[in-house]
Amino acid sequence: MHEMGIAMQIVEIATASIPADAGRIKVERVNIKAGRLTAIVPSSLRFCFEVVARDTPLAGAELVIKEIPVVARCRECRREWTIEGPTFVCEQCQSGAIELLSGRELDIESIEIVDEDQ
Amino acid sequence: MLIEGFKTAVCRHHHEFHGPGHHHPKGSVAAETQRAGTREIKVVRRVLDANDRMAEQNRKLFKDRNVFVLNLMSSPGSGKTTTLEKSLAYLMPQISTAIIVGDICSTNDADRLATTGVPVVQVNTDEFGGDCHLAAHVIERAAAAIDLDAVDLLIVENVGNLVCPAEFDIGEDARAVILSVTEGEDKPIKYPLMFRECDAALLNKIDLLPYLDYDLDLAVGNIRQIHPGMPIFEVSAKTEAGLTPWVEWLRQNVRRKLSTD
Repeated sequence: MHEMGIAMQIVEIATASIPADAGRIKVERVNIKAGRLTAIVPSSLRFCFEVVARDTPLAGAELVIKEIPVVARCRECRREWTIEGPTFVCEQCQSGAIELLSGRELDIESIEIVDEDQ
Repeated sequence: MLIEGFKTAVCRHHHEFHGPGHHHPKGSVAAETQRAGTREIKVVRRVLDANDRMAEQNRKLFKDRNVFVLNLMSSPGSGKTTTLEKSLAYLMPQISTAIIVGDICSTNDADRLATTGVPVVQVNTDEFGGDCHLAAHVIERAAAAIDLDAVDLLIVENVGNLVCPAEFDIGEDARAVILSVTEGEDKPIKYPLMFRECDAALLNKIDLLPYLDYDLDLAVGNIRQIHPGMPIFEVSAKTEAGLTPWVEWLRQNVRRKLSTD
């Protein structure tokens, strides 16, 4: 259960991303992308985010988690494919020498804000 | 990460909010797009950026001091501490070793390991909110209590957990996971990240195999399916069966680091 620590990092980075001269704003959404190999449980992360965001400029914001598929490339036959199950072996030549092109992301992409002064 | 090209676009788009000479907080704003009533501010940063940067600092420190660092992980009760106790007897005195041991609370493991005579630092994560893993800043503090110049090998016994520790870089050179034969053959498939991220796996408690319906070949096959080519050591920390190849793997890694640094 490390979602709480991750939620705290998200709140910290997202809060620092609000322009200093933004005026009265409401953060509507925080968009993150999470690779499917990353060890987070989206519902736990959303719950922790909601708790951590209270009493911050992010209070009430929605955490939108975009899941990124695990994409592998075989170093032997160069085939690229999306790994769906827990098998990290080339589906074409059975080689175990593969590299992961995606699936380990845990990035904040953007925040969406509404200017309440407008 | 700040993309300067995008920053210009932000300013042009929302000039009404900015006075002359304004600037955004470092590393935050890269671009914005507008849609009805809301504007999107690009951030593009790794969530664990702060941990990763601290881990890189640790890695540089360990490189400067010629210390090979192993991050040892497993579920609770799989035998990390016993494996370490027994391995130390093989490693010492040729390889000077120190240990950082992480638990949510108690100093039981440190007390056990201290009897081997090596420097041991116990970290209790209840001080850091009861974390289920060791983060890079915790290792930085613990390492400060060790005379790194007198150490060739630093082993970090992580908090017992097959999920979270795999996510956190602590500045280590290599990672090893212990799976005991009382845990079920399918664990590598249930916790693929851990087995993908590690450089070696130990299958512990093989002395119990005669008493269990455990399919060792299936467990090994599952590890290979997740991480083909990773060395797998079948050991019994209790009887010390199979410990020699594992310790030799560690020795080679330490030697390689000492010769390249």
